[in-house]
Amino acid sequence: MPKELLKGNIAMAEAAIRAGLEGYFGYPITPQTELLEWMSARMPELGRVFLQAESELAAINMVYGAACTGARVMTSSSSPGVSLMMEGLSYIAGTEIPVVLIDVMRGGPGLGNIAPAQSDYNQIVHGGGHGDYFPIVLAPSSVQEAIDLTVLAFDLAEKYRTIVVVLADGSIGQMMEPAELPPMKPLKTTRPEWATTGATNREKRVLSSIYLQPEQEEITNLRLLKRLEEIEANEIRYKSYYLEDAEFVVVGFGTAGRVALSAVRMARAEGLKVGLLRPITLNPFPIAQLRQITDQVKAFLVVEMNSGQMLLDVQRATMGQAPVEFYGRLGGVVPFPDEILAEIRRIATTNEYATNGFVRRNWLRRLETLVDGGE
Amino acid sequence: MQTEIIIAGFGGQGVLFAGQVLAYAAMDAGKEVTWIPSYGPEMRGGTANCTVIISDEEIGSPLVRHPRGVIALNLPSADKYERLVAPGGVLVGNQSLIDHPFSRTDITHVQVLANELAEQIGDRRLTNMVCLGALLALMPVIPLEAIEKALENHLPERHKRLLPANFQALQAGCEVALKNTMHAAETLKNQ
Repeated sequence: MPKELLKGNIAMAEAAIRAGLEGYFGYPITPQTELLEWMSARMPELGRVFLQAESELAAINMVYGAACTGARVMTSSSSPGVSLMMEGLSYIAGTEIPVVLIDVMRGGPGLGNIAPAQSDYNQIVHGGGHGDYFPIVLAPSSVQEAIDLTVLAFDLAEKYRTIVVVLADGSIGQMMEPAELPPMKPLKTTRPEWATTGATNREKRVLSSIYLQPEQEEITNLRLLKRLEEIEANEIRYKSYYLEDAEFVVVGFGTAGRVALSAVRMARAEGLKVGLLRPITLNPFPIAQLRQITDQVKAFLVVEMNSGQMLLDVQRATMGQAPVEFYGRLGGVVPFPDEILAEIRRIATTNEYATNGFVRRNWLRRLETLVDGGE
Repeated sequence: MQTEIIIAGFGGQGVLFAGQVLAYAAMDAGKEVTWIPSYGPEMRGGTANCTVIISDEEIGSPLVRHPRGVIALNLPSADKYERLVAPGGVLVGNQSLIDHPFSRTDITHVQVLANELAEQIGDRRLTNMVCLGALLALMPVIPLEAIEKALENHLPERHKRLLPANFQALQAGCEVALKNTMHAAETLKNQ
């Protein structure tokens, strides 16, 4: 297929359609709305289900029901809408059925604003609904990656009977880039052996997240954890830049990751030995890959569009073996490359790192100065 | 090699479309390109802008603080972006809506009576193409012919009858800019 200039939201919608999406259920919210809008035109045209629900609660429960039939289904929303879906997501996880969710994050908390943000990392990666569950989380940083990861999301969801979240942000959703869509996949003609498809001439199947006996629920939780181990063994994805001789490594995902790439290139041009590791799977997190480079690295710099949510995972991965510094912007503000370059310079030239525990406090003081300065 | 261009103005002046035309042309030329709009509440009637980045390699940040090129289609945009253009960069202003000359001496700048030129060609809505022509005259990141080809290839069928007027607007902007531009070097010399 030739490259087309595609807007992120529309690209993700069309990618899902070409991956064999059978049903879409959703409720409009900026900066994700073009995704739903595209679905509303394309799905009926193809004789497939598009349903605009009366709320996000309704949408996620429609997805829950539809997924129980073994059909390829999805929903999409943005931060406040995804908060409303948390109960349903927990039920879906407890029922062990495949569902794809695209979250185009925006500034918060609360109603916040519609600017790009990454402040739902914890809610999505470490669970926002109740109970122990572990969705696969994929973080695109370009329109092409958003397409590829959306297609992958459906395959992973079905392979592991799990929720897969494509965690994008307003910037990915709104930007246009040349990208290649996959060819149209035919719809599935078979249903998995667990699906509730109408029990004629066979024993009935029951899908539920209720395990009244704690022992049975414990067995279910163990099954989820075993599946997570399998996912951790097979599905870690990341992209690295200039790591070979890097003494300092920036870690950032999605939009923050690509902004960091610009800063890393500028630092390289100044002769600083800096690299970038951009996690693509946030769960499973590239722990082993980070640990592997910890010996060669003088310090890490985590860059996020939140207050340091992934920072804790990087600290966990590096286990105090190297200093981990942090820079973040908040509330829908996207950092410019020169801000990250300044941080790289600070770390690479002063060799003064925050002792563990004070990383965020030190960053906060620097950010306060910047924001008060009225930049 | 990376070039960043911001196009800014009121909603309705074709700010986003002018950026898309540039992005299409860059894509057709085999370049890496990102187009990102300001999509906040401001697009509902206030100021609007988009950033286009054209590069030979994978593009990092989709936003820049100091763009190489700016088209300011109205006064608020001119006031905001004159100070932000990277030194040595290019600034094109829509003189029809800007009431004072630019003062920077370290950039190349020009003001074009874009509304009037567009009206002479036949449609006020060509203002954006006049200014795009002016920018590309001073900043040959994409040849004008490639922009024309992009319009041809990507304009919806129902708008194709407007192609000749669009080409004319691009040409007019280009010619006026080549005549009236204050180059960074010249302005320095004249001081």
